[in-house]
Amino acid sequence: MEIPTIVGAGLIVVGAAFGIGKIGSSAMDAIARQPEASGKIQTAMLIAAALIEGIGFAALFAS
Amino acid sequence: MLFSFLNKSVHLHGFFETDIYSDMQKPFYVKILLVATLLLGFNAFAQETDNSSAEENGSVKAEIKEFIAHHLLDSHDFTLYTIDEENNEHFGFPLPVILWDNGLKVFSSSKFDHGQAVAEVDGEHYALYHGKIVKTDAQGTINYDEEGHATNVKPLDFSITKNVVFIIVVSLLMIFMFSRMAKTYKGNMIPKGIGRALEPIILYIRDDIAIPNIGEKHYKKYMGYLLTVFFFIWIINLLGLSPLGVNVTNNIAVTFCLAMFTFFITAFTANKNYWKHIFWMPGVPVFMKIVLAPIELLGTLIKPFSLMIRLYANITAGHLILMSILGMMFIFKSWLGSSMSFVLASALSFLELLVAALQAYIFTMLSALYFGMAVEEPEDH
Amino acid sequence: MEKLIEQFSFGLFFWQLLLLIILLVVLRKVAWKPILNAIDERESGIKNALEAAENAKKEMQNVTADSERLLQEARMERDSMIKEAREMKEKIVADAKELAQVEADNMISQAKTAIEGEKKAAVADIKNQVATLSLEIAEKVIKEKFSEEGKQLKLVEEMVSDIKLN
Repeated sequence: MEIPTIVGAGLIVVGAAFGIGKIGSSAMDAIARQPEASGKIQTAMLIAAALIEGIGFAALFAS
Repeated sequence: MLFSFLNKSVHLHGFFETDIYSDMQKPFYVKILLVATLLLGFNAFAQETDNSSAEENGSVKAEIKEFIAHHLLDSHDFTLYTIDEENNEHFGFPLPVILWDNGLKVFSSSKFDHGQAVAEVDGEHYALYHGKIVKTDAQGTINYDEEGHATNVKPLDFSITKNVVFIIVVSLLMIFMFSRMAKTYKGNMIPKGIGRALEPIILYIRDDIAIPNIGEKHYKKYMGYLLTVFFFIWIINLLGLSPLGVNVTNNIAVTFCLAMFTFFITAFTANKNYWKHIFWMPGVPVFMKIVLAPIELLGTLIKPFSLMIRLYANITAGHLILMSILGMMFIFKSWLGSSMSFVLASALSFLELLVAALQAYIFTMLSALYFGMAVEEPEDH
Repeated sequence: MEKLIEQFSFGLFFWQLLLLIILLVVLRKVAWKPILNAIDERESGIKNALEAAENAKKEMQNVTADSERLLQEARMERDSMIKEAREMKEKIVADAKELAQVEADNMISQAKTAIEGEKKAAVADIKNQVATLSLEIAEKVIKEKFSEEGKQLKLVEEMVSDIKLN
């Protein structure tokens, strides 16, 4: 019973990390393309990352 | 479960780190150092399995685990450090316990003697069970059900616990700090003293959080809440990182209360347009409107729920990892392993400093975003 | 999830709620309102000052433009005055010249008429004198050669008509 929850938690973390990594890389690209909009991009990036993180944590606690 | 998972992630951490650093083309000695750590880590665990003192090591692990669990919990007395575990000697001071159990009962937590004694008040007996006060008989017997949960009656507990003390301290600190700051504005335009450091933060919250998310027209009425919540979470997170070892935002009750405020402020200040978008989404077929209404309604609850979980989980996870790495010092018992875990713990402490501010920022930011949705004008669509 | 619900401490929630409400009310009154008002006031003050400076700059520019314009006008007036004076001078000179000319012409014509009159008078006088002289000559001739009166008279007449006075 213990192993499936651990695996599930791992899957959640991998998924969340992948999502946040994707957001981070896209934000970097966007900042490189438009350095003058870096403030807005950072804010949007943080919000998106926070939302994914929230889902990740919720799933971790639910598992 | 969470603890065991995070504990495992600690070992993985080293592995990922080498990978990342080699990608970033770090100097060679960094790689060497990291590989050494890795080898050492595996070595230590190999030793653990082979060694005859595996049992002793296991007890250390259990002790560390218990210590961490204790650190993360609220407590009824203010213990700064333990002098002698065996003789139950602690350095600290007791806090008042306030119970509502057929009448108000107030007594000092020294009666519990750090959970080792049964307190008798007005003919009733109370004991501490996992940091919670339960009603017992004179011997302090705890009854369990089949699943191992205590079945003793839990009286309503309004005690001034360690965390409550810290909430009060932070509240007083904030009132003192900001009222002084406000006074320096009288007569002159430029703040003095602490205001010089705090004014840019206030301006940042106003110009980069409130105005872009809520809008020039409505932001003023939310400023008080946003500023209060930001500074409250930030200061209390920072205090949690201090050696006093209180982590208030690690309590779901605290984050629930904060998220509840955001929820109610959103609900009570929302305009007709907001409710229309929830119950009768414009611009979609009638069938979809009926389907969307419960989803949207659920969404309004999920938003503050995620706020609550995020703050709680980030702070809990941060403390867990930090404490686990510090605990590894006692498992390695070698000068290299211990110093490496010290270095890692120091680095993580800096990360936690960032997280303390980041979580306060994200909580404020998302609250502002939800308020912005609540007061959005229909013309914008 | 169960762990979270189990961990939920009602007492802590109660205190947090109470203290947060107190904190919100007190801070709003003693801190945020004065601070935000002061910041707003300062910002509007800075904005006004900047606007005033901008206006002053514009005014300054206007003043400079005005003085420039006045200078230009003065210069133009001076130029026109000089020009006028020059014109007047030229006109006076021209007038004077014309007047002198007219005067001179008059004098010349008067002189001419006078000369003409004198000449006519002189010619008439000369004619008379010639006639008289001729008569005297004729008398003498007649006196000398009375016999050949007809022939000589005829000769005299011929001679007189031949005389042309220029």
